Amino acid sequence: MYVSVKGGERAIRNAHGWLAEERRGDRNVTELSLAQIREQLTLAVNRVMAEGSLYDPDLAALAIKQARGDLIEAIFLIRAYRTTLPRFGYSEPLDTARMTCDRRISATFKDLPGGQILGPTFDYTHRLLDFKLAAEGDAPQAHSQPATQGEVPHVTEFLNNEGLIEETARTGKAPPDLTREPLEMPAERALRLQALTRADEGFTLGLAYSTQRGYARNHAFVGELRIGMVAIEMEIPELGFAIEIGDMTVTECETVNQFKGSKTEPPQFTRGYGLVFGQTERKAIAMALVDRALRWEELGEDYVGAPAQDAEFVLSHADNIQATGFLEHIKLPHYVDFQSELELVRKLRRTVQAAQSQEAAE
Amino acid sequence: MNDLSSQNTDRKKWMSLLAKAPEGRIAALLDTATARPGFDWLRAPEVGSVMVRGRMGGTGDAFNMGEMTVTRCALKLGCGTVGHGYVQGRRKACAEAAALIDALMQTQAAPRIQAEVLDPLTEETEARQTSRADKAAATKVDFFTMSRGED
Repeated sequence: MYVSVKGGERAIRNAHGWLAEERRGDRNVTELSLAQIREQLTLAVNRVMAEGSLYDPDLAALAIKQARGDLIEAIFLIRAYRTTLPRFGYSEPLDTARMTCDRRISATFKDLPGGQILGPTFDYTHRLLDFKLAAEGDAPQAHSQPATQGEVPHVTEFLNNEGLIEETARTGKAPPDLTREPLEMPAERALRLQALTRADEGFTLGLAYSTQRGYARNHAFVGELRIGMVAIEMEIPELGFAIEIGDMTVTECETVNQFKGSKTEPPQFTRGYGLVFGQTERKAIAMALVDRALRWEELGEDYVGAPAQDAEFVLSHADNIQATGFLEHIKLPHYVDFQSELELVRKLRRTVQAAQSQEAAE
Repeated sequence: MNDLSSQNTDRKKWMSLLAKAPEGRIAALLDTATARPGFDWLRAPEVGSVMVRGRMGGTGDAFNMGEMTVTRCALKLGCGTVGHGYVQGRRKACAEAAALIDALMQTQAAPRIQAEVLDPLTEETEARQTSRADKAAATKVDFFTMSRGED
């Protein structure tokens, strides 16, 4: 518990004033515009949209500027803003098979229909600092070549002729919504995926890595990873039909996992799934690995006590706004709490000292 | 959707196009094409959110993914025609222009709006998509087998 304390208004006002000045930095350096953040720090913007759980690049850019580049603080600002918006409704589920892909690769199937498209990737770069970027200059133009790409079906769908890959059920069930009802265990997969897609990237990455190192090993291959633009459709009640209300960049990762079979399922490849706002490749892969690990129960696998299998552990600690809220509150005044602790420790010490001096006297 | 009348199919098409147009573009095209008619608000522009859904495994049951910002409004022209505007983002002026175009497309002005607003907008959208798709195509991998090792 912490108790509100009065006083300090002037100090707080001045601290905020100084914060604003520090945010601006050296006034001889040109001020950063929101458009610059949106266009040139795009992947930071994408992370803030994904974990802030609100797709709006301009707002994410503003949050990043206000937070001085502290992305968790920026995510916090977006989450807070999100709660002020009236909810117009729910979209139709995204049809990612109709995505216009900037990138689409498969680590398992070399000759997939539609081809392997690398897109604007950091892969195959040497990870050497490029000092040309320190000097202002024109960026090179990307090469083009006429595209022939039509629809790009999911790899796992057309490779499932043999029935070796697990089918995903489609029952038409309405999914639970974490923003409307609090998280309760046991959490069904739809709820887990909602929590994971907005989960902290670092936490998700760490858990996913733990499954690769042997904690609930499920040997994942990236069946398909795609990044691109997809249209969002929503039924408009006053019209009686659905229209596209926008489009957004998303990253989708589907893993295929070796599976020896269980009490209830035959040997086959099972699947993990990641779908995240923006170009957020690391997060989408990590999400798919963690999703797969959490599916142990429905696949009849053994619970081996690995952190990534424990839905309560994963889902209760994956949200960086909840986590930082609780973590950072301990720096706020706890004077009364601490006073009582102090009294307790003094009393314990007096008891111990009294006992010791009595022992010495005997 | 099959149950849509062709009128609704057309309307769905132009509303979808307007929803995704870049900031300020539809208002600029509208004002070049025609003077804005008088109207009354049925619903003044408001910013809200839509919860976007995905499918588990890409094809399975739905799950809630996160929200997006949307601005909507509805208006009525002097002749009684109702126009709806739904646009992505927080863009009240764009929503107003979109609703006006939606209304005008149901009046005698439709051919002119089609030619001077919707057609150029379609072309611009397609040009943006093609430019991106062509850059993606240039990064497509052409595998060739160097040596199979069995000779």
